[in-house]
Amino acid sequence: MNCIIIDDEETARAIIQQLCSQVDELHVIQDFPNAIQAIKFLNKEEVDLIFLDIHMPDFTGFDFIDTLKNPPKIILTTSDKNFALEAFEYDCIVDYLVKPITLPRFLKAIQKAENATVSAKVETKTESSLNPTSEENELYINIDRRLIKINIPTINVIEAKGDYILIKTEKQNYTVHSTLKKIEEKLPDDLFLKVHRSYIINIKKIIDIEDNSVLIAKDVIPVSRSNRPELMRRLNLL
Amino acid sequence: MSETPNLIYIKELAAGSVVFEQKLIGIVKREFPEEKKEFLNNYATNAYSKAAENVHKLKHKIGMFGYEEGYQTAINFEEGLKDNDPSLYSKFMLILESIEQFLKTI
Repeated sequence: MNCIIIDDEETARAIIQQLCSQVDELHVIQDFPNAIQAIKFLNKEEVDLIFLDIHMPDFTGFDFIDTLKNPPKIILTTSDKNFALEAFEYDCIVDYLVKPITLPRFLKAIQKAENATVSAKVETKTESSLNPTSEENELYINIDRRLIKINIPTINVIEAKGDYILIKTEKQNYTVHSTLKKIEEKLPDDLFLKVHRSYIINIKKIIDIEDNSVLIAKDVIPVSRSNRPELMRRLNLL
Repeated sequence: MSETPNLIYIKELAAGSVVFEQKLIGIVKREFPEEKKEFLNNYATNAYSKAAENVHKLKHKIGMFGYEEGYQTAINFEEGLKDNDPSLYSKFMLILESIEQFLKTI
């Protein structure tokens, strides 16, 4: 199994590296002092297993998991037993190791990872609860460790803001650590359209269109020249 | 405080590898004073929430050096700081100082 280690404490990373070196099937590709660097890595590479510290500044282990579309198997490593219950809410988490980690306990966790059929579970979860074409038509977003449900048709506009996206709904706005590309995959094609590199709009919410912009609620959204033909094609023009 | 630091965990982990043992001790020698300093700074400015995060990190090293009661003290102190209760400070500092002295001998 190819794995990575994410922990802001160098001592912890060295210990997990050493534990991994004692298991022939494990190959540590890289370790990371924070989740952001790991996300960049995972955008290019696939791994089978992640050793993930929960308690990290700025971006927790759970925040990290929520950014992954198809998370691999994850073994949490922590000095805090209080997160155990929350960990069980994630299908991808196969075990929970409390530091300092001993070799026998580590080996048990690896055995669980090998036995786990997590990929299938994640696939099922994705299809049943996150796919907007399902009956619920719901999307869950992670805000401060809370999963908040959004009714997809109530979304007006989604705007890219660096490493974050701003989701504007009929009632409320939400800032989420994600990308337009990721959320675009969760949205129904017949309702949403990317009209600009920084904007996805709900075409049912358009009030009017003027040259290179559309008005949705009180927002004027730019429409790039290349996306305008597709937008016009989607409209029921008289 | 009756507990004293030891290398049992690190030696078990090293499984005979002196290279790893020395590497890990080197990392701890570098990381521990930094974490302690950050904790003391936060504690001195009454930034108890941040100090609790520092205790959380230090807790791992306290466990690594074989403390059991001390580890529990760290857990209680971390929780206390989150509730603005610093009453275990002196007890916690004794553990840190004991580790600090121990690191000078290895």
